[in-house]
Amino acid sequence: MSDVMSGARAQILDGIRRSLRRGELSGEARQDVEARLASPPRGPAVARAQLAQPEKVALFCQWAETLNATVARVAAADVPGEVTAYLMRNNLAQNVAMAPSPLLEGYDWSSQKMLSIRRGRGEGSDQVSVTGAFAGIAETGTVVMASGPDHPVSLNLLPDTHVVVLRESDIVGGYEEVWVRLRSRYGKNLMPRTVNTITGPSRTGDIEQAMELGAHGPRRMHILVVRD
Amino acid sequence: MESTAHAFKANVDHALADPNLQDSLAKLKVGFSERRRQAAERLPEFEALRDRARDIKNHTLAHLDFYLEEFERKVIGLGGHVHWAPTAADARRIIAELCQSVNARTVAKSKSMVAEEIALNEHLEALGIAPIETDLGEYIIQLRNEPPSHIIAPAVHLTKDQVADTFLKHHAKLGFDKRLTERNDLVAEARYVLRQKFLDADVGLTGANFLVAETGSSMLVTNEGNADLSNTLPRMHIVLASIEKVIPTLEDAAVLLRVLARSATGQESSAYTTLNTGPKKQEDLDGPEQYHVVLLDNGRSAVLGTEMQDILRCIRCGACMNHCPVYGAVGGHAYGWVYPGPMGAVLTPQLVGVEEASNLPNASTFCGRCESVCPVRIPLPKLMRHWREREFEKHLTPKAVRQGLAMWSFVARRPALYRRLTALANRMLALFGRADGRYRALPLASGWTRFRDFPAPQPGGTFHARWAKRKT
Repeated sequence: MSDVMSGARAQILDGIRRSLRRGELSGEARQDVEARLASPPRGPAVARAQLAQPEKVALFCQWAETLNATVARVAAADVPGEVTAYLMRNNLAQNVAMAPSPLLEGYDWSSQKMLSIRRGRGEGSDQVSVTGAFAGIAETGTVVMASGPDHPVSLNLLPDTHVVVLRESDIVGGYEEVWVRLRSRYGKNLMPRTVNTITGPSRTGDIEQAMELGAHGPRRMHILVVRD
Repeated sequence: MESTAHAFKANVDHALADPNLQDSLAKLKVGFSERRRQAAERLPEFEALRDRARDIKNHTLAHLDFYLEEFERKVIGLGGHVHWAPTAADARRIIAELCQSVNARTVAKSKSMVAEEIALNEHLEALGIAPIETDLGEYIIQLRNEPPSHIIAPAVHLTKDQVADTFLKHHAKLGFDKRLTERNDLVAEARYVLRQKFLDADVGLTGANFLVAETGSSMLVTNEGNADLSNTLPRMHIVLASIEKVIPTLEDAAVLLRVLARSATGQESSAYTTLNTGPKKQEDLDGPEQYHVVLLDNGRSAVLGTEMQDILRCIRCGACMNHCPVYGAVGGHAYGWVYPGPMGAVLTPQLVGVEEASNLPNASTFCGRCESVCPVRIPLPKLMRHWREREFEKHLTPKAVRQGLAMWSFVARRPALYRRLTALANRMLALFGRADGRYRALPLASGWTRFRDFPAPQPGGTFHARWAKRKT
């Protein structure tokens, strides 16, 4: 198979070079593209992504709510209480699948006597998940999830209700600042297996172009924005 | 899928007479188009972002070999695999072999136009592997055994009632024997039926909106989350993408994302934008053990460096078809192959041959709305005109049209004759009356007036005559 493969590879790459009327990139031309790759230029700045931190947090909450998530701004000590209160308000059972993350372990869950917690990845039968978030994007009210042992991807997708715990200090202006954070956490050019950026609950416009919530992913997203 | 682009005119007759289709198409004007306009207005930098998006794609295309190699190097470094497929048949074979290597019985598929292009489902089915479309629109048309009619809303040609009938027919055996009337109930039923299929699938197959060379990531944009379930739950994830999907960096992705969702559905952001990079890491709690990317050429490398190159910038948002008066009148199936609307009218002749698809670039009034909304500023009317020129050069243009054009050019090069003939035609048309400014029927012009009125000449003579009068 490898011979066939390398033949196919050469066929495509040679075809591209023939069409572009040049050989493999070399010399200065190659250095220019390598330099662009090494220090990526940013696109036009988007004004609403360039706010001071308190305004960023406010804009994040505003967009998240506009795009069908719900938001509660709470102090760190009130995180577990808000989770149980949210479940009660929505007539949901006090059972959650929780990401095994140090961030979430920092909250006092034992204070919630009614709440039953299973830690691990998501299962098809899960009704509610609780996860942290790598970042929040103010520009569009988007939460960013980085996969890893502390954050299984399935928790973002399988449950009917996704409760996200996001610290105010993790809210950034736009995508570009998320990339900066990813590079500093995982190393340049390295990534977790999956980065989900999620804006509100799952939805579909596939029947008569009308948006309906809860297609395949969560029907509800509740974001706890935690004061620092 | 088998092309019926050669039968465009018959397809159009059929489409214009289909009341369900016409009801569905009427919603396009108030749906995606209006929402796109509002989203663009909400972002003051939108036009500057479109310029930048165009420049990013042009830069990438000029260095496409470099970025593909860079992407490959990154994927391999992460423990993933890259497969190069010069043709559709190569891609089908590679994907089938990958599925067979894990004894796959079912493949959870997330909507991929490239998979439609290579007719993947038929191929897998023939090998006894069941592809399951998980995008709601794709799922509906898979049940109905129809091709998609739109690149981002594959079932946009159907009404809610048609979907309800389809679900009743196919879900009754699963215990859902009540005909539904509400959209949210239809969505909920599909969610329930498809959930188990996700959990059981052996392979997840997705397309890619972008491939990021810098990190070796595939980027997927969806609203439903079906692509994410497809690339998370099964033990093998296959990404099928055409070669022009590669972009240099994450910064470039940020620019393209800002114009993609707004142009497509008028959303500020799609619900899910996901970067997948390599297979599951050892310490991860979920994710696929194998990660494969199949890079399809299928004629694209030959478009580089030609007058058609601009079409390779296309990011498949669908704005051109949402705003096209022709698409809006006849829908996507009339175009006869995978890619409809203006971008399809340019791409289809390239991929299936101008002999087969010469009708498509002619199905345009050159009104220019497609170009005016294209997020990467593809000059679609100009490219369609190039195809008409090629068609003419290849003597594929119908005889009547060639004769008509020859007559026109004879007259147009003789101004005195031209003026006399147009003045005569003007007087002749006046004989049929011009009371309400339009004719519902005209002798010898039923081909035109069967579907639309013919405008009546304004009183006061021809343009030339009136111009001459005003100057004196």
